[in-house]
Amino acid sequence: MEEFNHLYEMLSQVQGYVYPNEVDLQWGLLIVQYPYLTGLVAGAFITASLERVFNVKALKVTYELSLLTALAFLLVATMPLISHLGHPERFYEIMITPHLTSAMAIFGFVYLWYLMVVLLLEIWFDYRRDMVLWAREAKGLKKWLYKILTLGVNDISPKTVMWDNKIGYFITVVGIPSAFLLHGYVGFIFGSVKANPWWSSVLMPVIFLFSAMVSGIALIMLVYMVVSYVRKKKPDMLALDTIAKFLFYVIILDFTLEGLDQIHRIYEAEESFEIISMLVSGKLYITLIVVQVFLGTIIPLVILGIFQFYKPKDSIRRVLYLIVSLLILVGIFFMRWNVVIGGQLFSKSFYGFTGYKTLIVGSEGLLMATVWVIVPFSILAFLLWLLPPWKKLSSKELTEAES
Amino acid sequence: MPPQLKRLLPAFIIFILLFLILKHFLTPETFGEKGHYRYSSIAEVQQTQMKYAGKDKCNECHDDIVENLDMDVHAGLSCETCHGPGLMHAENDGEYEIIIPSEREMCALCHSMNVSRSTREIVQVNILEHNSGKKCIDCHNPHMPWELKE
Amino acid sequence: MGTKRVKNSRRDFLKKTAIVGGGAIAASILNPFDAVLIASEDPGDKSKVWWAYVIDIDKCIGCGRCANACKNENDVPKEPFFFRTWVEQYTINNNHEVHVESPNGGIDGFDQSLDKSDVFKSFFVPKMCNHCHKSPCVQVCPVGATYDTPDGVVLVDDDYCIGCRYCVQACPYGCRYIHPEKKVADKCTLCYHRISKGKTTACIEVCPTGARMIGDLNDDKGPLVKFLKKHNCLVLKPHLNTGSKLFYNSLNAEVR
Repeated sequence: MEEFNHLYEMLSQVQGYVYPNEVDLQWGLLIVQYPYLTGLVAGAFITASLERVFNVKALKVTYELSLLTALAFLLVATMPLISHLGHPERFYEIMITPHLTSAMAIFGFVYLWYLMVVLLLEIWFDYRRDMVLWAREAKGLKKWLYKILTLGVNDISPKTVMWDNKIGYFITVVGIPSAFLLHGYVGFIFGSVKANPWWSSVLMPVIFLFSAMVSGIALIMLVYMVVSYVRKKKPDMLALDTIAKFLFYVIILDFTLEGLDQIHRIYEAEESFEIISMLVSGKLYITLIVVQVFLGTIIPLVILGIFQFYKPKDSIRRVLYLIVSLLILVGIFFMRWNVVIGGQLFSKSFYGFTGYKTLIVGSEGLLMATVWVIVPFSILAFLLWLLPPWKKLSSKELTEAES
Repeated sequence: MPPQLKRLLPAFIIFILLFLILKHFLTPETFGEKGHYRYSSIAEVQQTQMKYAGKDKCNECHDDIVENLDMDVHAGLSCETCHGPGLMHAENDGEYEIIIPSEREMCALCHSMNVSRSTREIVQVNILEHNSGKKCIDCHNPHMPWELKE
Repeated sequence: MGTKRVKNSRRDFLKKTAIVGGGAIAASILNPFDAVLIASEDPGDKSKVWWAYVIDIDKCIGCGRCANACKNENDVPKEPFFFRTWVEQYTINNNHEVHVESPNGGIDGFDQSLDKSDVFKSFFVPKMCNHCHKSPCVQVCPVGATYDTPDGVVLVDDDYCIGCRYCVQACPYGCRYIHPEKKVADKCTLCYHRISKGKTTACIEVCPTGARMIGDLNDDKGPLVKFLKKHNCLVLKPHLNTGSKLFYNSLNAEVR
């Protein structure tokens, strides 16, 4: 009986009519996290590609950092998904018998492709020469880790290193559409549910993609400032300004697309319009209008916009960049929230609303979700210890210039 | 070929082979026989235990009551509509008791006044006023509802 | 049989178009109307059973015995959040405001707070899985744990479902739930264990007014096809093109 207390509470919060099976809201906090984490990965990777493929020299200092951040988050991106399953131990079935008409089935492969073929390889080619060198200097565990990670390819002749660069570049080029695929695909999982008018939209994959880029770029901005602070170094302002500039443009695109989606919805005003407008002005008012649009989009847009014309002094810009990146990260989190939770708050009968309350414990609870936020940052700390970008041979000159 | 690829390509090939081997052994036996599902699951669903016996089964022992019931307005009712699932009862010589409802609420499910019900379909009474406090079956025999008891 | 000839020639024409056009799109327009009456996989082979269901709203008195029997027959948890079938009460008052309710799925009966003079229209609508032949739930299942049987019943494979709940999201009719003990998706099986042994479903067995009917869509002379011929039947949310095989007689536009 006690296990249903939560549902009885939700039943008492039902407004209007929902199908009886809809009282139990199926996708909770962890499924909000899943597109959020995946989006951070895709965005961080695209930030890295800006330097490598689009040759934005100012972002050289954040290139490796972006890749390692992407990897740290990618490693846990599936965990919220798996831990919310009714039968997590059957997860392998999605790889063994993927049902090709399902938008979800290919995720395992898209994920593996992105992890194994894109991120791991790109990092490996980028770090191989350094790992060979570090293996010579380091002692104990670290030495062995480097030796294993080089996979025994110890040749650091200029010809071989040139191959590292060439293949690495090729992988980055392949990686950009892969990153688009990864996150556009996550958007498609929601966008293709025709039963749900709040999700069902052709723009959904594109919106997911651009919001992913926004959140990923903001994350790199934040991580770069924090890492610099921990290392007691001043962050490179040119790099921050460049990141901010790209962030500004991508937010404009993202905001435009989301606006277009809503305007289209409002203008067409289909059968579901009444319930959706009640949703937006009611249950989602705080998370959508206040947090996502006002705090997470308009304020950052205004601050970054002003910086394009007028640049206050470095210390003020740093503080504002910190605030902006945090606001954006919170804003995009709530964008995922509004999509995932918002889409389940109204009944598919369009006659009412159910409620949602985040549980503290349990496989779908707040504690579990917190774990999946802490873990990627721990992995990132480990990766930065193992593969410090600032100790790379290529960045030696930069570090010298810095100090 | 660059030395990196000499190492990576075999690694990837081994990885893919391992995956294919796993796929082969982990795919359930009847999967894909008729479509993208475990075909034997159909038979498993068919083996689910039944609970409701059906009116014909009741008729095998209680033909006198069924005959009465079928004479008029309650003819459309199955015994189990009111008495609940009876297969266990029927298959174990009546060892498992079935429900014998006597409360007003049971009759009210169909016969309480409600505008949503078609008056053509069903006789309705105001359940709060109609002989309140008495059991319906004190006056009405549910197996022969057209007769009033003493 | 003039109509049949027309139908065949139309089908031939479309088949040719399909060959020219090729691909999935052409296949899905092959038999646009046959979806209502003729089997999906091989419309030519009418020798096999293809299950469908009819609910006559005019006959339903909202006693909720179907929902109750379904829970008994199929071990559906008794809590009011899990239903394979349930009954909704629609009340439209004289201001044309729609009020829908389904307390405990209708199992404990319904109250009607409105007086007859205040009611514009009121009726009961039993709901259950539509056993769609283009079912969104089957489409989205990532592992193949839910499927359409050759005789047109959508089932869940308890031992294979991973409990991702995508199918619950994809069902436009709210007919699926996650079984709290089994942790897998659960839904109406059309009492597959009963109908494949020649018995009728539990909900039909106990329905006192005969508001529910199961039958073979491929059997032109069967009671179900005859009923469809005689009455103006509709499916729920036809614009979603789910190929629903649950037909309602006297369905009002307010029902969603």
